Amino acid sequence: MQDVLDERSGLSDSLALISAAIIGAIGLLFALAGEEEILRLQGLIMLAAAVAAGFYVVTHPTNLRQEKRSGYFDGPIRVATIACVFWGVIGFLVGDILAWQLSFPALNFDLPWTNFGRLRPVHTSAVIFAFGGNALIATSLYVVQRTSQARLPGKWAPWFVVWGYQLFIVIAASGYLMGVTQGKEYAEPEWYADILLTVVWVAYLLVFLGTLKDRQEPHIYVANWFFLGFIVTVAMLHIVNNLALPVSFLGTLSYPLFPGVQGAMTQWWYGHNAVGFFLTAGFLGIMYYFIPKRAERPVYSYRLSIVHFWSLIFLYIWAGPHHLHYTALPEWAQTLGMTFSIMLWMPSWGGMINGLMTLSGAWDKLRTDPVIRLLVVSVAFYGMSTFEGPLMSIKEVNSLSHYTDWTIGHVHSGALGWVGMITFGAVYCLVPWLWKRQGLYSMKLVEWHFWLAMIGIVLYISSMWVAGITQGLMWRAYDRLGFLKYSFIETVEAMHWPYVIRATGGVLFLLGGLIMAYNVWRTIRGDQPVDVRDQPAVAAAPELRPGVVAMPAE
Amino acid sequence: MNHAIFERNSIILLIGALIVVSIGGIVEIAPLFYVQSTIEKVQGMRPYSPLELAGRDIYVREGCYNCHSQMIRSLRDEVERYGHYSLAAESMYDYPFQWGSKRTGPDLARVGGKYSDAWHTEHMRDPRSVVPASIMPGYPFLDRTLLDYSNISKRMKALKELGVPYSDEMIASADKDIVAQISPDTKDAKALVARYPKAQVRKFDGQPAAENVEPTELDAVIAYLQMLGTLVDFTKFDASGPNLR
Repeated sequence: MQDVLDERSGLSDSLALISAAIIGAIGLLFALAGEEEILRLQGLIMLAAAVAAGFYVVTHPTNLRQEKRSGYFDGPIRVATIACVFWGVIGFLVGDILAWQLSFPALNFDLPWTNFGRLRPVHTSAVIFAFGGNALIATSLYVVQRTSQARLPGKWAPWFVVWGYQLFIVIAASGYLMGVTQGKEYAEPEWYADILLTVVWVAYLLVFLGTLKDRQEPHIYVANWFFLGFIVTVAMLHIVNNLALPVSFLGTLSYPLFPGVQGAMTQWWYGHNAVGFFLTAGFLGIMYYFIPKRAERPVYSYRLSIVHFWSLIFLYIWAGPHHLHYTALPEWAQTLGMTFSIMLWMPSWGGMINGLMTLSGAWDKLRTDPVIRLLVVSVAFYGMSTFEGPLMSIKEVNSLSHYTDWTIGHVHSGALGWVGMITFGAVYCLVPWLWKRQGLYSMKLVEWHFWLAMIGIVLYISSMWVAGITQGLMWRAYDRLGFLKYSFIETVEAMHWPYVIRATGGVLFLLGGLIMAYNVWRTIRGDQPVDVRDQPAVAAAPELRPGVVAMPAE
Repeated sequence: MNHAIFERNSIILLIGALIVVSIGGIVEIAPLFYVQSTIEKVQGMRPYSPLELAGRDIYVREGCYNCHSQMIRSLRDEVERYGHYSLAAESMYDYPFQWGSKRTGPDLARVGGKYSDAWHTEHMRDPRSVVPASIMPGYPFLDRTLLDYSNISKRMKALKELGVPYSDEMIASADKDIVAQISPDTKDAKALVARYPKAQVRKFDGQPAAENVEPTELDAVIAYLQMLGTLVDFTKFDASGPNLR
């Protein structure tokens, strides 16, 4: 047995070194022979990352016997948690800069790399893939270990997932600023970044499955169904939508396989399910673990969670065409998209009910524990935006809302309200648990974060409702003689104040993010919590909770 | 049904989920490649000329699609504001499609010919000099940057590979055609228009045309904008009749 473990340790190191060598070689090739400056720079980044990784592997040989004894494998999860907070603040900041640019266009500075068109993908990728993605990697790898009572397999694969993912983010974002983009929303990274992400994602799937395989529990916990569904579906979406032919294997430019109508359908099949699986199914996994854990109550209904899971993943995938109503997409596809979008309301609200009702008998915690409040309010926002979504997918409503800021408001009620709030809640749970602290540095600061984010979201959503509905109505307004009443630029002028209010809401949300970063940093540093008595027992790391260790007398 | 089989076997759960999430995409996407009526043939569509293609690639590079759609919906106010609703065939050579999802600025599907080159030049340099309330960023760097078209024939080859009907002749004369499109009244320009009917030939960025003048990025962008939506002749188009090419 020991021989096998020694052998596997050696194999693990060799595989890690080979991977580093391959990435380093590709980096070197790009750095030396790349046809564009940005590709040469990115090659250098890849090379540096590979050299650092290789050096670390060589100086830290694996000893699986020792590893296995040391319990859960949380190092990579700690890195992903910090990355989530870091990229979150960056993503909110860039988003708010964009909002101010729309209010005051001089802020574009008329430079290529500061213009709205290049910065917007930086914002969307930073919040969806960097902030959201790291939150998902951290929580899924944490949850799958605890609910399976098993350690992540291997030594280097989980590290590769986390650091490979950060490398992908850096390469994608640096490319956007230099104009490297596929020109498809939420799928902007070019072919070589896509390949890197695919490799990282397959490793992620294998690490997740490997942990499930080693589980000590006969049943796979419901949160893991959602995580697994999210990982597999995102792999499928990412690969199909990013099929492309590079113009040169030493250049950044590629052309996608599908043009026009087929391209649009494929893109929104991908785009809507980036929402449906990345930002919904994955985060429902978070809901199904962190709400019961924090509230110390079981999930409301087991049967509902089964119905929720299968109906949600089946229906979501059809919803894409509602982004293409009244376009050149065949009408049968539009109708299908609308029909399934409306049906999607049911599983969404089933899931919401399952999350909210988990609080049964523990509603008082909403008052005493701001972390629970973040988690529960996020589910309320989930319910709100999954009602608004089906509404907007109805063709007649969509004829008004499409192309306007109503869509932007809708996305952000889901993104800030649901994804943001549940991630904040999960981070506030995870940090003391992962770093073995008595609790968060300050619960008071969580309270501040909650209210700043909340007011920010309300300003954001309400101003975008006003902006979007105003603009949609102005576009279709006719005067008494039957002419269009407004020129386009008049509808742009009408957006100014809503845009200023939205940007102000964004400042508040960003401030909340900064407070979180400060609180997390103080907690990790090991500062004594200032209000530990106000924190529930569950805020402390499991090994430090009363019952495990005696509480000091009052 | 007994759900335990999924809960106790990660691989069965994985395969089950994969099957369930595949159905919608297969039903909605696959027929678009086979059902003939998805893209009805229309007279006038042709691949982009090399200069237009280069302009289009800059349009994508700068992320114009984040604020401008290129898809006129079949709604009364849109048709009156922007022109005939967009046909599927009009984006059949668009890799990637640029239908967009947001109109922070107006739709551009038929912007070709609506404004003069001089207007575009001014507008790109400083949008608020021609539209005071505009919130568009300025792109003054475009007319200061010479167009890099060193790999234009490679780009066309890749597109041909994907199904765009570029002929060998078109690819072979790609470099020449780029310069020809900003050199009016030349033999090369005539050859270009023969290869790409309705291609507009002039120095787009307002600087004087002369021999050995290299195109700027602004030339390419304006050449692209000025041809958008101009290929199909809607005075002759009949939505219910045959429009075979």
